[in-house]
Amino acid sequence: MKVTLFVQCLVDTLAPEVAEAVVLVLERLGLTVTCPGGQTCCGQPAWNAGFRHEARKAAERFIALFEDAELIVCPSGSCTHMVRNHYLELFRDDAPWLARAREVSRRVFEFSEFVVDVLGVEDVGARFKARVTYHDSCHLNRYLGIKEQPRRLIRHIRGIDFVEMRDSERCCGFGGQFALKYPEISTAILKDKVANVLASEAQHVVGCDMGCLLNIQGMLRRMGSRVSALHIAQLLAQEEA
Amino acid sequence: MMSAKAPDYRARARAAIQDGTLQKALGGVQQRLGPATAALYAQLPEGPGLRQTAHDLRMQAVMNLDLLLEALADKVRAAGGHVYFAADAQAATDYCLQVARDHKVRRVVKGKSMVTEEIALNRALEAAGIEAVETDLGEYIIQLAGERPSHIIAPAIHKTRQQVGRLFAEKLGIPYTEDPPRLTQAARKALRAKFLAADMGISGCNLAIAETGHITTVSNEGNIRMATTLPRVHVAIMGMERIVARLQDHQILLRLLSHGAAAQKVGGYVSFIAAAATPDQADGPEAFHLVVLDNGRSRILADEDLREILCCLRCGACLNVCPVYGKIGGHAYGTVYTGPVGAVLSPLLAGLKEGRDLCLGETLCGACQQACPVNINLPRLLLALRQKMTEGDRSWGVPAAGGRERAAMRAWSWVVASRGRYETLCRLLAALQRCLPRKAGWIRWAPLDFRGWTFSRDLKPLARERFVERWRRTKKTTGGRS
Repeated sequence: MKVTLFVQCLVDTLAPEVAEAVVLVLERLGLTVTCPGGQTCCGQPAWNAGFRHEARKAAERFIALFEDAELIVCPSGSCTHMVRNHYLELFRDDAPWLARAREVSRRVFEFSEFVVDVLGVEDVGARFKARVTYHDSCHLNRYLGIKEQPRRLIRHIRGIDFVEMRDSERCCGFGGQFALKYPEISTAILKDKVANVLASEAQHVVGCDMGCLLNIQGMLRRMGSRVSALHIAQLLAQEEA
Repeated sequence: MMSAKAPDYRARARAAIQDGTLQKALGGVQQRLGPATAALYAQLPEGPGLRQTAHDLRMQAVMNLDLLLEALADKVRAAGGHVYFAADAQAATDYCLQVARDHKVRRVVKGKSMVTEEIALNRALEAAGIEAVETDLGEYIIQLAGERPSHIIAPAIHKTRQQVGRLFAEKLGIPYTEDPPRLTQAARKALRAKFLAADMGISGCNLAIAETGHITTVSNEGNIRMATTLPRVHVAIMGMERIVARLQDHQILLRLLSHGAAAQKVGGYVSFIAAAATPDQADGPEAFHLVVLDNGRSRILADEDLREILCCLRCGACLNVCPVYGKIGGHAYGTVYTGPVGAVLSPLLAGLKEGRDLCLGETLCGACQQACPVNINLPRLLLALRQKMTEGDRSWGVPAAGGRERAAMRAWSWVVASRGRYETLCRLLAALQRCLPRKAGWIRWAPLDFRGWTFSRDLKPLARERFVERWRRTKKTTGGRS
């Protein structure tokens, strides 16, 4: 089976190690991974800021690049939500583009969803001895309905000690540009999230969206905490007992 | 014009975040009500789909407002009541004052109503020399303190019992106590006198029923029932969208409203009010006036992207789960309607001339939609509003946003339209970031908009090589284009 990687710009530019981990896990599962070299951004920053025209330009480019792909896998719930759901809204008044957007939207999957729901795999053969907790990113949980898939993948890791934190579904205060524009509010929300992570006594907080993870990790680092944020692919790529 | 508002909102938000008492109160109300409402939704006998059914019922009503309001007005008039359609806040307050003059009213008691806050009715009554007393305990506290409600349902949520104790000692002349039952008794005693002396009662309307011609009010203190039955005159004010077609629709919405508002199966006192008392009835007012308020709602109705907000029942459930409201509270919004619903509704009622901060200052987490008893897609509405404010909208008379933000977005658009440009920019930024202070590899401080990030968090530096770049270097790629 061939899959096409939709990298997400945050992963591409800030956390390439996450994409490496995605490739490693998928290849271990016997898949052939390809990656369009021209990809940049799906357009979500413009869409969320209300710049429909700019969002559309990025979306058209994304569709043109990815529409020949059979299966598209993305290590971000938020960007998957953009392509799967918001593209339909973005092109609602343009039938030809809407048809193309719909085709792409049917074939795009968030990474953990892809492994569990499409491949039917819950045990990827990973080993990792650590206590971890899981943060439900908002778009992934509420708009893609992905809640159980990442948890199943984590629970199947050999050696893992998985604990739920309090209010795992509560927003971490990232919200894209929100974190830059309203730093005081974003910080106040994030403080609660970080407190819940620390209270769980986990060594790592795991998630499926780099936005949230960079946000949480950023504050943990500022505090001098040793707890780190990991993308689920990084966890699943581990083979050490 | 918009940016001039920014420091206000942010300054108010900052003050709220630093107010430990408020933070505790907000945390308390969210922990108590948010999960309890969710638990009630999970137990709906009709299944979780009922919220969407309710949404459909509301949307049908909104799309048939002309017919439904006409049917309601006919029924109310046939029962001996008066109906007045008020185009705006001024018309509504003028009408109330006229009714007060006609009936020689000097004292008014009020049931809790957000729509009367919207039209600033108390101020108009006071200016006309008429005493208006709020009778909901929370509203009464707020009124005595000379403040504005900070929550749609729990208006005095920001006040501690110690603060209420001092307020009552000062305003009601009772010995200081911070014991809630004794404070409630004191308010009750003071309010009883007001109820008995009042010439006119003013209430809002939770929902009107076109089929039967009733308006319904819901309270948990019985105060609205007293305010609408004891005085000689009852004036009810409803937003023109607060109507359903049938009695059977009403029972669904009433239950969901109660779940959303106070995590109750149903509100403590639900009154169905048809009009004034008939001659054979011993109790009830001699005259009944229903004011149906537009005040910008027709304009919202005309906008197909935004009319969904008219489904709102004003239960405040979205406030109880919103991460932003949970930190900044109601007063920081600076508007009558607060929380996620306020972030959509307030700019719309103001004709999109203000409130940019409100709709940008939300994280789009979607908790509000999940908590909404009628499943309003608030994140979608926030996005639609942001779009109108940035792209401009002729029907709202809003010009396209200019300035730095647009320039930045244009530049971003130009960059991401080419992998080559995107790479070049990343390399440039990766080189520049070397000047920034770091600790253990992460950036401690960054300039421009990124100051907002490094305000409280370290920033991961850009990778030396992008993933896609490396992939292209080491593996065969498909669809490569730059």
